[in-house]
Amino acid sequence: MSASGVKQVPDTETQIRIAPDGQSIVKDDIKWVMNPYDEFGVEEALRIKEKFGGEVTIVSLGPKRVTESIRTALAMGADKGVLINDPSAEDSDALATARALAAVIKDMEYDLIFTGQRGVDDDMGLVGASVAEILGIPQLSVITKVEVSEDGTSVKVERPVEGQTLTIESPLPALITAQKGLNEPRYASLPGIMKAKKKPLEEKTLADLGLDASQFGKEARKLKVLELTPPPQRQAGKIIDGETPEEKAAELARVLHEEAKVI
Amino acid sequence: MSQGVMVVPEQRDGELRKISFEIVSEGRRLADALGQSLTALLLGSDIKDKAPTLGHYGADRVLVADDARLGTYTTDAYVPVISEAVKANDPAILLLGASFQGKDLAARLSAHLGVGMAQDCTGFSIEDGNLIAIRPIYAGKAYAKVTFQDSWPQMATARPNVMPVNEPDTSRSAEIMDAEFNLDDSVLKTKVVDVSKDESGRVDLTEAEKIVSGGRGMKGPENFKILEELADLIGATVGASRSAVDAGWRPHSDQVGQTGKVVSPNLYIACGISGAIQHLAGMSTSKVIVAINKDPDAPIFQKADYGVVDDLFKIVPVLTNEVKKYL
Ligand SMILES: Cc1cc2nc3c(=O)[nH]c(=O)nc-3n(C[C@H](O)[C@H](O)[C@H](O)COP(=O)(O)OP(=O)(O)OC[C@H]3O[C@@H](n4cnc5c(N)ncnc54)[C@H](O)[C@@H]3O)c2cc1C
Ligand SMILES: Nc1ncnc2c1ncn2[C@@H]1O[C@H](COP(=O)(O)O)[C@@H](O)[C@H]1O
Repeated sequence: MSASGVKQVPDTETQIRIAPDGQSIVKDDIKWVMNPYDEFGVEEALRIKEKFGGEVTIVSLGPKRVTESIRTALAMGADKGVLINDPSAEDSDALATARALAAVIKDMEYDLIFTGQRGVDDDMGLVGASVAEILGIPQLSVITKVEVSEDGTSVKVERPVEGQTLTIESPLPALITAQKGLNEPRYASLPGIMKAKKKPLEEKTLADLGLDASQFGKEARKLKVLELTPPPQRQAGKIIDGETPEEKAAELARVLHEEAKVI
Repeated sequence: MSQGVMVVPEQRDGELRKISFEIVSEGRRLADALGQSLTALLLGSDIKDKAPTLGHYGADRVLVADDARLGTYTTDAYVPVISEAVKANDPAILLLGASFQGKDLAARLSAHLGVGMAQDCTGFSIEDGNLIAIRPIYAGKAYAKVTFQDSWPQMATARPNVMPVNEPDTSRSAEIMDAEFNLDDSVLKTKVVDVSKDESGRVDLTEAEKIVSGGRGMKGPENFKILEELADLIGATVGASRSAVDAGWRPHSDQVGQTGKVVSPNLYIACGISGAIQHLAGMSTSKVIVAINKDPDAPIFQKADYGVVDDLFKIVPVLTNEVKKYL
């Protein structure tokens, strides 16, 4: 049994524009997709299910449009979805988001929980660890290989860090955050997409989960966004002159040494 | 009332990592801005001899948690020890490095303490006595200025290679004390069973001061040899675009970009990389960007400080030779 967190994020092609309030982004014409790291998590959950049996449940907190990403995961082969859809939860911070996700997961039977190693929107990478903390289970983060023991009671994972790859063993249940390299996510097949339409996708509010709405949303955030700004503008610099490649290369080496002082 | 700045330096195999000096230096600046003191909390096994060094970089006090079970980092062992020290010392700011270890640790610790967390920050300041952090979001397509609300300590991680390191002052000495902690074996659930070292011996992309990256223009895996030669000469790490990774020419861990590693070196040399939005997002905080591309209209030139419009196979080997003059 496993649960997989799915977050919907702007497609990575998106040019980010800052809204007039100066604190959020313009969301009008954004194409929303499943966070790329979540695809690795869903895929791994499916592979484990194919080997050991059980069910994969997709859990998400977000507005109605997230249904589409959950359906994508169901079309890949997940069994059911739960969407926590509650206007009071909009703009919640990582810890509040994790509380809501954990409230769904805690009542399920689960051996493994997958999330992405980070959302490619806010680049936080906090929700996975926070869910693990709330549920009181070990976290294994930024993982590129997962091997569940034959008896299904423990897991061995690979975690590449700076200049090393760690092999870590953990008892189950555990939470794994997925990194690129873990697997190649499958595409949803046409029959998969047809089947997904009939799979259960439940919607819940915070009250349904017994949660106090006042602890959620923008007002309850512990990390507050004061202002968004565009990145410092980079100017197109200097094109290195030269008649021949040799001249250009020599001039480049010279400016890197004399002007930029980086060599 | 919460007081002072606490930093958690990082050691590996008993040696302090560079990120540790970066956060001690930044912690010093923040403590000065507050007019308060800086405490470093050092965890490890037989690590006490490293504590004075942290004083040289600016710590007023070093709390040492020395225990055989803290030699190799695990989330399980570090979180309760740090959490206890935070509760006992009640710092106003808790700063860690945004290394792989620091991000894993800070994520869990913030949830454990129930506080807000600003991950992977590139700048800090103090305004009205509060911590303000700058974080790139959408891999650098925008910057968020954030602060904390009813959340103590104010907790953040600092991106490697961004915070300037203080000149060590060996006449400065920190007060060194043992941290008090209770670590129960029953909480230690995960175990590091193997550590395999990357044989290249190069610094990881996320911490590299110089990067030479190759894209689809490299034409094949064998050609990365010319980038490696240049990289070895100038002490750089080799990176890649997603196209080069997806083609199987380079390992996944080499990918730079929005869905790869976000990097901030002093020098980034992009060879045969067009400069797609996802790639630019991951490297645009580099201090100096060089692009070598035969297409004058490649978008990478819009971001590059220095551009060479030419065949990279003609430029790179000569560049390697020319650079030797300056080393
Ligand atoms: C969801 C998603 C996430 C993505 N995430 C990332 C990411 O994290 N990182 C990333 O890099 N990409 C990412 N991409 C892919 C990105 O959109 C581009 O496809 C990719 O960056 C292109 O790689 P490239 O520049 O190597 O190849 P190309 O765009 O094909 O460019 C090759 C360049 O090489 C030049 N060239 C060819 N031969 C030579 C020569 N002999 N000498 C000099 N120049 C030469 C050409 O002029 C060209 O500009 C992502 C895409 C998606 C959809
Ligand atoms: N609202 C959400 N609903 C479901 N999963 C989420 C949500 N937010 C974050 N996650 C999961 O946590 C991962 C890390 O997200 P973040 O901490 O926001 O960077 C994502 O890749 C998701 O798997």
